[in-house]
Amino acid sequence: MNSEPLLLATPSGEELKLCPEGPWIAANVSMLETLSRSVGADVDRSRAVTLDMSGVSALDTLGAWVLEKLSRRASSSGRSAEFIGVADHFSGLMEEVRQVNRHTPPPAPAPNPVLLRLNDLGKSTVGAREDITIFLQMLGALFMAVIGVLRRPRSLRLTSLIYQLYRIGWQAIPIVVLITFLIGAIIAQQGFFHFRRFGAESYTVDMVGILVLRELGVLIVAIMVAGRSGSAYTAELGSMKMREEIDALSTMGLDPVHVLILPRVVALVIALPILAFIGSIAALYGGGLVAQFYGGMAPAIYIARLHDAISVAHFEVGILKAPFMALVIGIVACSEGLRVKGSAESLGRQTTTSVVKSIFLVIVLDGLFAIFFASIGM
Amino acid sequence: MGESQEQFAIRVRDLVVGFGRQTVLDHLSLDVRRGEILGLVGASGGGKSVLMRTIIGLIPRQGGTIEVTGRPIGGRTEGAAMTWGILFQQGALFSSLTVRQNIQFPLRENLVLSQELMDEIAIAKLEMVGLRAQDADKYPAELSGGMTKRVALARALALDPPILFLDEPTSGLDPIAAGDFDALIGTLQKTLGLTVFMVTHDLASLTTVCDRVAALADGKIVAIGPMRELLQSEHPWVRAYFHGKRSQMLQHEMR
Repeated sequence: MNSEPLLLATPSGEELKLCPEGPWIAANVSMLETLSRSVGADVDRSRAVTLDMSGVSALDTLGAWVLEKLSRRASSSGRSAEFIGVADHFSGLMEEVRQVNRHTPPPAPAPNPVLLRLNDLGKSTVGAREDITIFLQMLGALFMAVIGVLRRPRSLRLTSLIYQLYRIGWQAIPIVVLITFLIGAIIAQQGFFHFRRFGAESYTVDMVGILVLRELGVLIVAIMVAGRSGSAYTAELGSMKMREEIDALSTMGLDPVHVLILPRVVALVIALPILAFIGSIAALYGGGLVAQFYGGMAPAIYIARLHDAISVAHFEVGILKAPFMALVIGIVACSEGLRVKGSAESLGRQTTTSVVKSIFLVIVLDGLFAIFFASIGM
Repeated sequence: MGESQEQFAIRVRDLVVGFGRQTVLDHLSLDVRRGEILGLVGASGGGKSVLMRTIIGLIPRQGGTIEVTGRPIGGRTEGAAMTWGILFQQGALFSSLTVRQNIQFPLRENLVLSQELMDEIAIAKLEMVGLRAQDADKYPAELSGGMTKRVALARALALDPPILFLDEPTSGLDPIAAGDFDALIGTLQKTLGLTVFMVTHDLASLTTVCDRVAALADGKIVAIGPMRELLQSEHPWVRAYFHGKRSQMLQHEMR
């Protein structure tokens, strides 16, 4: 028995006899390709080709196809090709391979690149409009649910609300404190480092105070909440949608917005201002530590300067933004969760979209608030 | 040695598999003959899939030996694609690849061959499992349950492995599609000379395509043989399985 495949070609006049030998199997594919290519020219020249299969020791689909391809090449344009000496246990396979690759579909026409771009542009425009519609629908549904709760306060899902508050509020405190502490410390360090050149080190405290209370405290916390809790909301609601739990809820006569979404969004609206406050304090504390150990400023002086530099207005500007950011995060997270379709990929995609979209909207909202507060002189 | 190599595709001896304190397979022994279709039945959660996954090396074993085509199986899975093809219950098609790319994947990773030949082989496999060349550019998400199973079968057979493992091949298919799938497996087994190891609950598959049926209960193979022998078995679990109300009804209908 041969351990390597062979293909013997014996031309006699216009006829050609091909004798494949040895194992014609997938493991030897590169040799098989070389062999079949090497006889290609001979096959094209001959009027009749005979394939003698008696020497083949092993055959699989791939080997059978390579041989079948040779025979099809030989039998094209009115010439003839035939297999002889096919062993019984290979005949079924050879017969099967005869049937395949008969109807190759025409290749799909290459799409016009310009049209393709236009198509994408149109799709994303329609998609953007749909996003806005969904956002407004969810806002409206939430508003109706809130009215419902105001009419009948007992219908509020208190257990769920407390549980969500615990999850996205209480459990988020350590990470929020850690990150904002570091941010405050970094800002203070940068302030001391760069202001030192102008001898304006003491203004670092003003910068830290105003920046943290007005902008960074709430913004950083909102972004973290969007990443931490918004994604969790989307994934939870998405998997509930996937497993038809939301449909089950509706058929029992319950409104998913009331049962699932309202407690989540309300929890966010309550928790985010609290987290923003805690985060801002942690950032100021971080700034104070850097002031003492890096800037050489005594804690008492830091606090006194802070007292002079900031007013309640700065704090209000920051904390007023928090509930609105929470609302945006909640609505985006929940509506993306409800947009999940049957598959797991869709769940992953929607979760990513939810985080990206809510962080984007939080920053846009922050910009709008900056304009608003500037124009009312706060 | 020579005989066992010729006669048996898979030999499992004293296999012990467990998770934590729970023993799922308890000194299990099983021989799968070369060229047969063996059906494996057992209670849900009784270790059928565990046995299959242990043989193919996905679950570590605590004791015993497994020989596949005469060679003992270690923990490695390299080169496994040449030895066996596996049809997972949900198909396990790679969702980011098209049908064509899914079927080509084992070819591409294990062999050196031209793209042209690879395309032809992929279409050939697709047509052998009863799909059309037009389906080659679809993504797994666009396929129906029956088509997914067929594509997964085509991928499992891409390298013409001598052994084919099927994990509940007909679950989730309607009776017509399931019957077609059974017939397909029977045909392919004859054409390609495969050894098929099939985990199933489908009494119709067991009756129509399986040469032998093995019953797994309490971590052991309690009965093995052709379907009619199993129907005679005195083992209480096997009796309950094949002579329960549902089974009786089905067998009655068949007669």
